[in-house]
Amino acid sequence: MSLAAENLGRDAGGRAILDGVSLVVTPGERLGIIGPNGSGKSTLLRLLAGIDRPSRGEVTLEGASMRRLTRRAIARRLAFVEQQAETAERLTVRDAVELGRTPHLDALRPFGPGDTAIVNAALARVDMSPLADRLWHTLSGGERQRAHIARALAQEPGVLLLDEPTNHLDIRHQIALLALIRRLPVTAVMALHDLNHASLYCDRVLLLRSGRVAALGPPAEVLTPATIRAVFGVEVAVHIDPEDGARSLLVKGHIPFEETQP
Amino acid sequence: MRPLVAVPAAALAILVALACGAAFGETAIPLSTVAKTAANHLFGAGFAVDPIDAGIVWNYRLARAVVAACCGVALALSGVVLQALLRNALADPYVLGISAGASTGAVAVAILGVGGGLVSLSAGAFAGALTAFGTVALLARAAGSGASAVILAGIAGSQLFNALTSFIVARSANAEQARGIMFWLLGNLSGARWPDVTLALPVAVAGTLLCLFQTRALDAFTFGAESAASLGVPVRATQAVLIGTTALMTAVMVSLVGSIGFVGLVIPHGARFLVGSRHGRLVPVSAVTGAVFLIACDIASRMIVPKQVVPIGVVTALIGAPAFALILIRARRMT
Ligand SMILES: Nc1ncnc2c1ncn2[C@@H]1O[C@H](COP(=O)(O)OP(=O)(O)OP(=O)(O)O)[C@@H](O)[C@H]1O
Ligand SMILES: [Mg+2]
Repeated sequence: MSLAAENLGRDAGGRAILDGVSLVVTPGERLGIIGPNGSGKSTLLRLLAGIDRPSRGEVTLEGASMRRLTRRAIARRLAFVEQQAETAERLTVRDAVELGRTPHLDALRPFGPGDTAIVNAALARVDMSPLADRLWHTLSGGERQRAHIARALAQEPGVLLLDEPTNHLDIRHQIALLALIRRLPVTAVMALHDLNHASLYCDRVLLLRSGRVAALGPPAEVLTPATIRAVFGVEVAVHIDPEDGARSLLVKGHIPFEETQP
Repeated sequence: MRPLVAVPAAALAILVALACGAAFGETAIPLSTVAKTAANHLFGAGFAVDPIDAGIVWNYRLARAVVAACCGVALALSGVVLQALLRNALADPYVLGISAGASTGAVAVAILGVGGGLVSLSAGAFAGALTAFGTVALLARAAGSGASAVILAGIAGSQLFNALTSFIVARSANAEQARGIMFWLLGNLSGARWPDVTLALPVAVAGTLLCLFQTRALDAFTFGAESAASLGVPVRATQAVLIGTTALMTAVMVSLVGSIGFVGLVIPHGARFLVGSRHGRLVPVSAVTGAVFLIACDIASRMIVPKQVVPIGVVTALIGAPAFALILIRARRMT
C-alpha cells in the first residue's frame, strides 16, 4: 500500500514545526525517519497517520487524499503506534490487543472466532502470548510497547506507522521487532533513534533537521559521517563487516553543545 | 454470560425490584396484591383487589419505582460514558456540575419564566446541562490537562451553578416555592406519576440503546482520544453524540426528580468490579444495576425514618460519598 506526502507542513506555537516535506513511500518499503529530538519525527508520523491535520500540503493513501477518507477507512488500512499511550483501566493485554479489531467490526459483524485467531497471532508475533491475561498496569514498559505493537498488527494494516517502536525494549526484542517488521507484508514508516537500526532494517531513511528534510535515500547514502556530524553533532566512523558486508556506524565522539549554540 | 441467560436475568432483576418498590413503604402491601394490580392494569385481568391498595400500588408506588429505575439507568450510563470519554474515574454528571447546571436551567424556567411558557422544564434543564458541561470543559482546559483539573473544574462549576440556582430562588420565589424547590433539588421522587414515566422511560431506553450501539467506540477511548482516532473512531462526532446524550439523560431526570448524586460514580465502579472495564458488558450491567440500585435507594428513603421521607439524594450521597473516597484512594494507588 502506498503512502505519499506533498509539500507537507504544520504550524504550532507560532512557528513551522514541520515544513516542505515531500515523500513517496512505495508499497512494501521500510522507511526510517531519523533526526535529533524535536526535529519533527512524531509530528510527521501524526500527519501521515491522519491524526493531526496538516497546515500545508496533503497526505495521500493509495492515491486517495486523507482528507476525504473517513477515520474508519483509514484505520482499516493504516495502523499507528504512538510514542506513549497509557491507561488506568483494569484491562488485560488481550483486551488491549482486541481493540485493534475495532475498525473491522460493526453491529452486523461482531467479534468472532476469526478475530480471536488474528489477535492470537498478533500476540504470538511480539512474544506476548504468555502474558495475554495479565493486567495492563502490571506490565513493564517494554511489555506495554509490545502489546501496543500487537494491537497495531491486529488491525491487519497495509501501512504500519511506528513512533520509536524499539523504545523500552531489551536488545533481543528490539532486533526481533525490527526483523518482524521487515518480514511482514506491509509498508512501514518508523521513527528511530538508533542509526544502525535504521541502516540495517530500513530500505531508505528520511533525515529530518528542524522540521525540514535534510536527506532522503538509501542508508548508505544518507548516513555518512559528514551528514551525521552536521545534523547530530556526532563523529562516527563507518565499519563494513568483512564477512557479510553489513554497514554499521561506530561513535567516535561528539561536539559539545556549548560549541554549537550561539 | 450469554445474552440468552443475561437478558432474562436482567429483566427478572428489574421486575423484582419494581415489585418491591410497589410493596414496601409506610404501609406494606403484599406482593400478591402488587401482582394482581399490575395484571389488572396491564392485561385487564379483573382480579379483585382493595381499591385503596390498588390506587397506592398503581398510581403512586409503581409509577415512582419506574421513574426511579429510569433515573438509575440514565445516571449510571452517564457516569460510564463520562468516565470513558474523559478517562477519569471520578467523572459523573453530579461531580462535573452537569446536574447543577440542569437544576439552574429548570429553576430558570420554573421561577423566572424563561421561555415564556413555551420552553418545558426539561428543555431548560437540557440547556442548563449543556452550558454547565461547556463551562466546566473550558475551565478544565484552562486549568491544564490532567485528572484533577477536570474534577476541580467540576467543583467550581457545581458551586457556580448551585449559587445561580440559590440566587434565582432567593430573589424571585415566594417562601412556599422556595421550600418546594430546595426539597426537589436534593432529589425527590415523591411527585413522580405516570405522566413522568412517559418522558423518563423513552429517554432512558433511547439512551441505553445508543450507549449499547457505541460500546466499541467507548472501548476505543481506553488509550485516549488519539488512539481512538487511529482505531477508526470519528472522535469529535462520537464525543458530541455521547456527551449530548449524557446531558439529555441527566437533564430530563433532574427536571423530573431533582439532582440525585453519586449514582454515576457508584454503579459503574461496582459494575467494573463485577464484569471488568469492557463496555460491551459494562454498559448493560451498569444500566440494570443502576435501575435496581435507585429503586432500592427510593425504598430506603421511605423506610429509614418512620413517617418521614428522606430525600433520595441524601440516601445516594450517604452511600456515594464513601464510595467516592474509596475510588480516590484506589486511583492514587494505581498511578
Ligand atoms: N503543540 C505544540 N506547540 C508548540 N510546539 C510544539 C507543539 N507540538 C510540538 N512542538 C514542537 O515541535 C517540535 C517537533 O516535535 P516532535 O514531537 O515532532 O519531535 P520529535 O522529532 O518526535 O522528537 P523526539 O525525538 O523527542 O521524539 C519540537 O520542538 C516540539 O517542541
Ligand atoms: Mg517523537
